[in-house]
Amino acid sequence: MGKSDATLQGKHESLLTMLQQAQRQFGCVPEDVMKKVAESLNISVGEVYGVATFYSFLSTRPLGRNVIRVCQSLPCYLKHNQTIIDRLVAELGIKPGETTPDGKFSLELTNCIGACDKAPAMLVNGDLHGDLTPAKIARILKSYKIG
Amino acid sequence: MPEKRFVLKNCGVIDPRRIDTYLEQDGFRALPKARQMTPEAVIAEIKASGLRGRGGAGFPCGLKWELACKSPGDEKFVICNADEGEVGTFKDRYILENDPFTLIEAIAIAAHAVGARTAYIYLRAEYSYLLDLLLNAIYQAEKAGFLGDLTIRVVPGAGAYVCGEESALMDSIEGKRGEVRYRPPFPPTQGLWHKPTIINNVETLMNIPQIILNGASWFNQMGTERSKGTKVFSVSGDVAKPGVYELVLGSPLRELVEGLAQATRVKMMQIGGATGRIVPNTMIDTPLSYETILGAGAITIFDESRDVIDVVYRTMQFLAEESCGKCSPCREGTEALLALLERFHNGEGETRDISVLEDLSNAMMLSALCGLGQAAPVPVMDTLRYFRSDYESRIKQKQGGMVR
Repeated sequence: MGKSDATLQGKHESLLTMLQQAQRQFGCVPEDVMKKVAESLNISVGEVYGVATFYSFLSTRPLGRNVIRVCQSLPCYLKHNQTIIDRLVAELGIKPGETTPDGKFSLELTNCIGACDKAPAMLVNGDLHGDLTPAKIARILKSYKIG
Repeated sequence: MPEKRFVLKNCGVIDPRRIDTYLEQDGFRALPKARQMTPEAVIAEIKASGLRGRGGAGFPCGLKWELACKSPGDEKFVICNADEGEVGTFKDRYILENDPFTLIEAIAIAAHAVGARTAYIYLRAEYSYLLDLLLNAIYQAEKAGFLGDLTIRVVPGAGAYVCGEESALMDSIEGKRGEVRYRPPFPPTQGLWHKPTIINNVETLMNIPQIILNGASWFNQMGTERSKGTKVFSVSGDVAKPGVYELVLGSPLRELVEGLAQATRVKMMQIGGATGRIVPNTMIDTPLSYETILGAGAITIFDESRDVIDVVYRTMQFLAEESCGKCSPCREGTEALLALLERFHNGEGETRDISVLEDLSNAMMLSALCGLGQAAPVPVMDTLRYFRSDYESRIKQKQGGMVR
């Protein structure tokens, strides 16, 4: 029992970690990676797919090099987050859920990011940007365009 | 009772990147004291303090520790739940970014009390920008020799509200889909990898060092009969001063909402996030405690310009999206509630829809597997109780506009 537990312990813990690593490396969890992960851990592809599609920060479709996640929850909604989304849509030329053709930006809507005291807020590649106004958007985007 | 900075006493005082600034306060004085005590004595002190879980459920902290301590097994775990995903909550973020050292000291005390050599901090994906700060604090505590044989690991989440629920959180640490487990067994007997485990919220743990240093009888002077100590609140929405405030438990809601956050023209308050209560302005003198209303301390304020149905509809949208899908009362129930609320939102509600909302809400409360599904109908039930005319007006609109 102890031994099989230990094996299981290593296996599953590494599954989510491996998928998070793939997400960082490829901007998504591609199908062939899921197959390889399943093989290496000796579990079904279905199980890997189940984990890959459960979490909102893992994506099975390719995301851009910079991922923008605008908070859509109530405290940000009360502070007019729609004006931020509208400005991002205008600046990037894409709708939420899409990636720019040059692969530089993906625009996503997300649930509460815990920055309600700085609403409206968004994450860009995990960095927090709060107290947003439409006027601030262009400058923020520019800082991620370099490189 | 005025604002009291007890849990937050080091926030803004110390440099969260430098352990020496923490030591200049009373940092790492509780841990050696606790280690000189037997685990049983530490647990007895926490039990006597009356400290209850600050994540929303309010389970007595000392009892949880005692159960894990007494559970047989040579390997036990401590988990710090830093996955605050409840809408409107950001107090743990504020704590983590300002005072990671107290948390680490508290985790080390908890590990001593239950007999754990490994501890995990499950950090929500949305807070990944705090990862380096946290790792740095652990490294400094380790290097200074405070951790002994204890390993503290930070596990980054991957974006799932339900993982703040303790059994889903453990599945996530195990690398699986974060789905809720059937209980019993409870974590103190069979938790992470089936081993005895305690899971405590960030804020709960933040209380521990001061209780050890000053004693249970000092701590339990604060608060009400069944709510001891202070509570850290996250206040947002239609207020002049959104932010994190700490009050002695039992303080009136008004002091927080109108006094500290400076709200005016308050119509209603959502207390405890998406699965929390929605109460009208007439209840603003309610004391904040486990006996009344508390949750995890998220308070979102809506002024008189806000539409009740819009708020409930958006709340349900969130819950339907974040249901883990394991049990049908929650998976199907939240979708069905959302569909009904959408009709009221569009002015297409019918009289019978109200009784369907009520029946479905009651069924979900009784049959859902975890707190998410059981509490998902709360915003519906509360608004039907306090703002029923807002629903009814959406029916009248339709009848007025339709020819039958």
